[in-house]
Amino acid sequence: MSDVISLTDIRRVFTMGDQQFEALKGISYGVAAGEFVAIMGASGSGKSTCMNIVGCLDRPTSGQYLLDGLDVGAMDPNQLADIRNKKLGFVFQGFNLLARTPAVENVELPLVYAGLNAKERRQKAVIAMEQVGLAGKENNHPSQLSGGQQQRVAIARALVNNPAVILADEPTGNLDSTTSEEIMVLFTALNKKGITIIMVTHEHDVAAYAGRQITFKDGKIISDRPTGRTA
Amino acid sequence: MDFSQTLKIALRALRTNKMRSFLTMLGIIIGIAAVIAMMAVGTGASYVISQQIASIGSNIILVIPGSTTSGGLRTGSGGAQTLTSDDVKAIMNECPSVSTASGTVRSSGQIVYGNMNWSTVIMGGTPELFEIREWPVTSGRSITQQDVDSAGKVCLLGQTVADNLFGSADPIGNIVRIKKIPFTVIGILEGKGQSPQGTDQDDTVFVPLRTAQRNLVRSQRTDSVGALIVKAKSEMVLDKAEEEINSLLNQRHRITNGKEPDFSTRNLSEILAVAEKSSKAMSLLLGAVASISLIVGGIGIMNIMLVSVTERTREIGIRMAIGAKKNDILLQFMTEAVLLTMLGGLIGIALGAGGATIVSKLLGWPTMISIQSITIAFFFSAAVGIFFGFYPARKAAGLNPIDALRYE
Repeated sequence: MSDVISLTDIRRVFTMGDQQFEALKGISYGVAAGEFVAIMGASGSGKSTCMNIVGCLDRPTSGQYLLDGLDVGAMDPNQLADIRNKKLGFVFQGFNLLARTPAVENVELPLVYAGLNAKERRQKAVIAMEQVGLAGKENNHPSQLSGGQQQRVAIARALVNNPAVILADEPTGNLDSTTSEEIMVLFTALNKKGITIIMVTHEHDVAAYAGRQITFKDGKIISDRPTGRTA
Repeated sequence: MDFSQTLKIALRALRTNKMRSFLTMLGIIIGIAAVIAMMAVGTGASYVISQQIASIGSNIILVIPGSTTSGGLRTGSGGAQTLTSDDVKAIMNECPSVSTASGTVRSSGQIVYGNMNWSTVIMGGTPELFEIREWPVTSGRSITQQDVDSAGKVCLLGQTVADNLFGSADPIGNIVRIKKIPFTVIGILEGKGQSPQGTDQDDTVFVPLRTAQRNLVRSQRTDSVGALIVKAKSEMVLDKAEEEINSLLNQRHRITNGKEPDFSTRNLSEILAVAEKSSKAMSLLLGAVASISLIVGGIGIMNIMLVSVTERTREIGIRMAIGAKKNDILLQFMTEAVLLTMLGGLIGIALGAGGATIVSKLLGWPTMISIQSITIAFFFSAAVGIFFGFYPARKAAGLNPIDALRYE
């Protein structure tokens, strides 16, 4: 099976004044369609920088990044915005929902920028909310939902445009252990349906849900191994 | 991304901070209301001025006698009695740019009917006077050349005089006494209202010129006239007619170089120009004040939009992460700013128009609200939004999505 994500010798150098700091020192890995990958590492290890590049929010200083066969490195900001919209779904630690906006409209948001009309948007959003077990909560505002429910709305938003990959950055970081488990069960279920997931976490028990663990340290990958759990 | 969605997002953002949105709009509301009210009052005033000037008649030149010295005392302007009916005839015959002319004499006195009496202005004139001043009668007939030639004891009443002497009764055919001499009322003149100087033009009684010269005014010469009113053939030849009159009268009155003329001419279009100039200057001044308040309002909007961009940095980050392009963000914040100013503009237009109406009702000032001023005000308020909304919107669109997402 061809790789959905393929990184080859990715380097990222930050310049602050006359100081240069190499956050990524030649990262190479591939993620096949249908995989569930956990990325681990201490803070400052470069895992977030790498996620930003994978998420097309940042561009590598050097190296090649192919997303679904497309060379992302050569794209301009508008094309990157399009890629984020159509190929990627984001789930953040802090949920990042729009306050004072009904859940269903939060889920619709990627479709707004994709240019779908109101009817199509609503249809797809309602289906996505059913998928994450939030049927009936469409008109609730984020403030009327629990943390776990808010994260489910965020996952529905990530799913709604049928992305190639879902990127989750510490998705359980703001949740208690019971809710974390529920969210991880949901991710596992989505993965079983064939959705590719890349998740950054520093909790070993959360990482254990993934089929493969990549560990970062000082801008390099120090281990890349299957967890034994099959997706 | 369709525009209706952008509009919906902008409206939601404005609704979220209702008080702030209102206060931000206030600058624009006040500015636009001031513009509308000031334009309404300005156009109303200049309309009234032009009405008043038109009420005198168009293309008119006045010839006024100069001063004279008698026993070492100089009379004021108009004191000389050197203009005569012959001068009037000469002007009519010899000045090619003149259409017609009339000599007038003016006096004041008591006019009595039955047990009613009224102090008013008495004017003597020829039939041409009413033609020049475009002043028809509403009932009865006007003064004819025959009345003048025969020095008939007939009179025309101005509206104010008729009302005060006769009330609702019909004055025509009745005998009134002007300075104790009986006159037959032959007609009532149409109401003309105030003159540009603010006097009531309808508070006048007209009698035939010769009657006035013989019976009502005391002067050395019975054919002298107080003032000449001349109508030029058109506005184009107004200045030329004035020159012709000057040179003709100089010749007739033997005014050589260095001698002070015993008459002066006055062109009514000059008065009109002055009135227009002052009302324009006033409008300009008020317009400048209103523009300043609009600029201040615009800066207020820019300020609040900048605060809003900072507050919503995270939201901008989220939108960018899930696929909003720079232009989507730019458009969103521009829409918000323009919506603020256009809404402010609409409220301002309503307030300004309402204010102008109240002012005209309470103070009796004439006001006119033109579609033109409303359109200008509306588009100007939108332009303020575009101008002052651009910088904050560009700032929002230029944010780096990673930093924006991390913003606390």
